[in-house]
Amino acid sequence: MKISYYPGCTLKTKAKNLDIAAVASLEALGVEVEEIERWNCCGAVHSLTADDLIHQVAPVRNLIRAKEMGADKLVTLCSMCYNTLARANEMMKNDPVKRDTINRFMDEEIDYNGDIEVVHYLSFLKEEIGWEKLKSQVKVPLTDLKIGSYYGCTLQRPTEVGIEPLGHFELMNDMFTSLGAEVVEFSAAAKCCGSYQVLSSLPGENNAAAVVINTAAKEGVEALATSCPLCEYNLGKQQQQMQDKGKIEQNVPTYYFTQLLAVALGLDSQLCHFELNDKKSLALLEDKNYLVAA
Amino acid sequence: MCETEQKKQVTPRVATGDRAILPEGAKTIPVYIMGKKYEVPETLTIMKAMEFAGFHFLRGAGCRGGICGACPTVYRMAGDYKLHFGLACQTVVAADMYLAQIPFFPANRADYSIDEIGGLPEAIHALYPEIFRCVACNQCTKACPMDVDVLGYISALKQGNIEKAAKLSFDCIQCGLCASRCLGEIPQYHVAQLARRVYGRYILPNAEHLKARTAAIESGYYDKMLDELEKMSKEELEKRYVEREREPDFAEVGSWKPEETRYL
Repeated sequence: MKISYYPGCTLKTKAKNLDIAAVASLEALGVEVEEIERWNCCGAVHSLTADDLIHQVAPVRNLIRAKEMGADKLVTLCSMCYNTLARANEMMKNDPVKRDTINRFMDEEIDYNGDIEVVHYLSFLKEEIGWEKLKSQVKVPLTDLKIGSYYGCTLQRPTEVGIEPLGHFELMNDMFTSLGAEVVEFSAAAKCCGSYQVLSSLPGENNAAAVVINTAAKEGVEALATSCPLCEYNLGKQQQQMQDKGKIEQNVPTYYFTQLLAVALGLDSQLCHFELNDKKSLALLEDKNYLVAA
Repeated sequence: MCETEQKKQVTPRVATGDRAILPEGAKTIPVYIMGKKYEVPETLTIMKAMEFAGFHFLRGAGCRGGICGACPTVYRMAGDYKLHFGLACQTVVAADMYLAQIPFFPANRADYSIDEIGGLPEAIHALYPEIFRCVACNQCTKACPMDVDVLGYISALKQGNIEKAAKLSFDCIQCGLCASRCLGEIPQYHVAQLARRVYGRYILPNAEHLKARTAAIESGYYDKMLDELEKMSKEELEKRYVEREREPDFAEVGSWKPEETRYL
């Protein structure tokens, strides 16, 4: 099986640990991953301004790239990219006036009408690989890992593009169950991490992130998994500083879900680039003896 | 009226210049330079046509060979809203062109010392944070007279891929038309130049043969030969030049050796 893949800028720079583990895992599961050619920024954040079509050009251009390669689906991973691409796609599918304006503006490109399906990696795992097959491929079961699936905002909002309805976390939960981990449902799984507010708050003083960490710890979560580089930054990379400032009582190591997937599939831990996570993230996995080095 | 028009066509009233020579029987066409109509011979480039019309280029002209980037032009054809872009020294005039030269664009250029900034994408991001204002409108690529994928190299830099940006921007001649069209106010061509410099300084491996040659020069190996040349009379130098051994024009690479091997 071959898929068209859109990685996104952050996954090629600050969040290589999200991208590399994701591609390696799919390859281990027998999927050929083809990065689309000449892709550009996804648009980074969906623009909510009504008269602001120029900010839809970037995501639509990527969808056109996928179409040029003959794809009918585009798999992506970063929550922000997924949200921005999927929402632009909905607009191109459902709003003939905006579609026409954009197609006329992009006169150097083929016309696009929203016929690519934007698929999140987790949905792809469920629909095209299946939990049973995934289970059978696990080499290092994540036994005893009390994992909390953290969805944040953009995987589920708005509902038209949500990977599943609000209040449901089955996709990531089922993946972790298949990997042998113990899934702990916690009440802050869809609470905001503080998002870009982190830019205007002092280091370690992002209260929204502290709420997520404290709630997770209190409700028995030992480790958090996310698919969003901004969530990972706020919850993971800022965690030491939150602790130094006394904002959180206890550490909850954070991971990209693809890192834990790669670990469970028995891939070389170098591929997971744990050096890009907070130090405690690697330490927990070492304590639990999950890591395989090539 | 009709007669006058016909007469005009036979002996056109054209502006004069000292560069272009109107071939016998050449037709003239109307073009608009900064909004004013001129009759210029067809087949001329925009630059030659402007000189024919009486303009003198003190700046905004360079190599006249399509490689220095000094003479970017923006033009539009009468009756069409679309803007077109080209180099004045390369683009041939057409009837009813509205022409404007953009010899310089006030694009931001960052100050840096290449030896101090390091070879990571973050260095480029820090010097030119405005690249993150790109919305992928692609006007830069459409404006490029060298067909460089400008959006492609700006995207590559956002993705941290300096090598890709350096290679994609290799044909850039720094004319600045990309920057003139950018709604994010990005100075693409300066960013690309930085990318190529970082690529050359930090990423490309150093050529071993260059190191060896530099070491030989620094050791003084060639000093004696240069001293010898410096002491020669003009006549002797001329004689040596005329009698010099020369590799045949189409000699296969590596097949030719001079008879005099003292200086090798």
